[in-house]
Amino acid sequence: MELLSGGEALIRALQDEGVEYIFGYPGGAALHIYDAIFQQQAVEHVLVRHEQAATHMADAYARVTGKPGVALVTSGPGATNAVTGLATAFMDSIPMVVISGQVQSDLIGTDSFQETDMVGISRPVVKHSFMVKSAEEMAEVVKKAFYIASSGRPGPVVIDVPKDTTDPNYRVPYAYPESVSLRSYNPATRGHPRQIRKAVDLLLAAKRPIIYSGGGVIQGNASEPLIALAKRLHLPVTNTLMGLGAYPSTDPQFLGMLGMHGSYPANMAMHHSDLIFAVGARFDDRVTNDPSKFCPDAKVIHIDVDPASISKIIPAEVPIVGPALPVLTELLATLEERLKEAPELVDEGARSAWWSQIEGWRSHSDFDHDQRHRNEAESIIKPQTVVQALYRATGGDAYITSDVGQHQMFAAQYYRFDAPRRWVNSGGLGTMGYGLPAAMGVKLAFPEAVVACVTGEGSIQMNIQELSTCRQYGLPVKIINLNNQALGMVRQWQDMQYAGRHSGSVYQDSLPDFVALAESYGHVGMRVTDPAKLDDAMAEVFSPALKDRLVFLDVAVDQNEHVYPMWVRGGSLRDMMLSKTERS
Amino acid sequence: MRRIISVLLENEAGALSRVVGLFAQRNYNIESLTVAPTEDATLSRLTLTTLGDDKKIEQITKQLNKLIEVVKVVDLTEGEHVERELMLVKLRAVGAQRAEIKRTADIFRGQIVDATESAYTVQLVGVSSKLDAFLRAVGELSILEVVRSGVSGLARGEKVVSV
Repeated sequence: MELLSGGEALIRALQDEGVEYIFGYPGGAALHIYDAIFQQQAVEHVLVRHEQAATHMADAYARVTGKPGVALVTSGPGATNAVTGLATAFMDSIPMVVISGQVQSDLIGTDSFQETDMVGISRPVVKHSFMVKSAEEMAEVVKKAFYIASSGRPGPVVIDVPKDTTDPNYRVPYAYPESVSLRSYNPATRGHPRQIRKAVDLLLAAKRPIIYSGGGVIQGNASEPLIALAKRLHLPVTNTLMGLGAYPSTDPQFLGMLGMHGSYPANMAMHHSDLIFAVGARFDDRVTNDPSKFCPDAKVIHIDVDPASISKIIPAEVPIVGPALPVLTELLATLEERLKEAPELVDEGARSAWWSQIEGWRSHSDFDHDQRHRNEAESIIKPQTVVQALYRATGGDAYITSDVGQHQMFAAQYYRFDAPRRWVNSGGLGTMGYGLPAAMGVKLAFPEAVVACVTGEGSIQMNIQELSTCRQYGLPVKIINLNNQALGMVRQWQDMQYAGRHSGSVYQDSLPDFVALAESYGHVGMRVTDPAKLDDAMAEVFSPALKDRLVFLDVAVDQNEHVYPMWVRGGSLRDMMLSKTERS
Repeated sequence: MRRIISVLLENEAGALSRVVGLFAQRNYNIESLTVAPTEDATLSRLTLTTLGDDKKIEQITKQLNKLIEVVKVVDLTEGEHVERELMLVKLRAVGAQRAEIKRTADIFRGQIVDATESAYTVQLVGVSSKLDAFLRAVGELSILEVVRSGVSGLARGEKVVSV
């Protein structure tokens, strides 16, 4: 058997896992590992400028490829800088393995230089964590980490690696385990057939059913059976922020996103439904509003791979524990059997009455900003129209990452995602600074794809240093900066709830010249302020001439614009503000 | 409602901190906690008492089950069970108090496991409410120090918690 040091074994194990990229930043405790990286070519290391960005790149790589992303950081501050990225991935159930260097074993607990208890500090925001005890167990720990990260409800796993376990002078036989089994960890691989039959019965009996699907359908690669189910029973579909793209947004059965900034028809249809078919969604507080007023007439079928997500917020009549793909596939088969015996079970009359009710809500056209503003003589660009222009310029076929705030909601509302894994955002944790590194991770995963980051001047400055990484690795992502010179979402809440007292949310006199900033990193900077020139600017950003360049488009947008619809806090899903003055 | 949750746990460094951390992180309450290895050296048995309604307890057991190192979780209070707690109490014991404490300890089937000229240490085993009753019976004034093990328990009958 081949003899490898612990550091070499770690990198070889990553190769054996099929890892393409390690996003990382070196430091003392990680240097043996970095030396092992240097001496091979199969895994490419991408040097970031801040460890948080490394974790977001790994996270976004995982979101679009479905394969676990890998980040490598050193001990102490390297490790603590990775915590935000771990929490981001944890909240959105993203498979990721973060390897942190640790001080040598005999220094642990002595407050040595760059020592921090990484396993302890990351504990609440990881699916699991390991501290490597010896070079001998390195391969097995890596195998377990990838298995845990990517199975069941996916999530980030930390491997904390004391420096002595990677000592280049201590070699051990290397063999990568073929498989791993953990007696205490057996995630469900399919749903219970009896529960699936119950779900089919409920679906067939419902008068006003609706599909509410989330990130679990995307993570679980279950778009296809979801679409088939919706088509078979002509069901309306709404997606969560994390679930956008699981069902094609341009399909007539799609009602838009639901929740706090969800569409009027989606929220109204949910509220009035008699059956919610929830799959891979977790009734998050940004979806339910007040749970006691949530969808009063609805029974709930809840499919989730994580039993703890079921009946946590809203009790489920029919809980089904299992991954979305096998459960939906089996459910479809069961449904077909039932319909073969008794096709009359589909109540066409009830369905068409339900759809005509939904069409009524649809006529409110709350997202049609072109419509809303057509008659206004606009001298300033509305942020919504920027996303619409982006949609047109990219033919709806780009990977879109976003940061967090108003621009994130506008992107979710106005870019129509027709395929899963195209929309990449920090939905659960709401991490500003996510967008740019996420775009970079996507671009590395799919170098030929068009990748745009919709951001704001607040969020982009949280990881702006990565423009340098983009320069080093030639990552021609397109940054669309909705610049309203304020922390827009904070400002909106202050307008709505604090009588316009903009506490700590404005900084217009101290913003950088983003065009010059981008250029200083060797990229292309552009600015647009005139609504009439927006489409041309957008076309230029995505023109063949600039295909291989990172373009930073700084768009001056209306400071006073709010995101609508916005629900009325403490109400039900139907209680929405549709504009600054209209209430549902 | 008070519940006794019994957990079979991989006997590994850090496993206990995940259980305790989960309770802190999710704002669940721990009334008592006891943990030690079992006859199988790779496993620890952890027993904790907590308060909560059915919904909360369901979440607690589900969240515990999600921890990778947790092998089994059982709510002992769901069925018939035996529960015991051990208590050592150091009491001031001078003059007439000495006989009084001895009598009270006998009534509660306690044992005096250490004695000096001025103090007795009484050992008591039973359900938690019995230990509480003993403390009330001897009166606050004579109590010098109390240590309790926390609750341990097993299901009655043939039912076992095993891998």
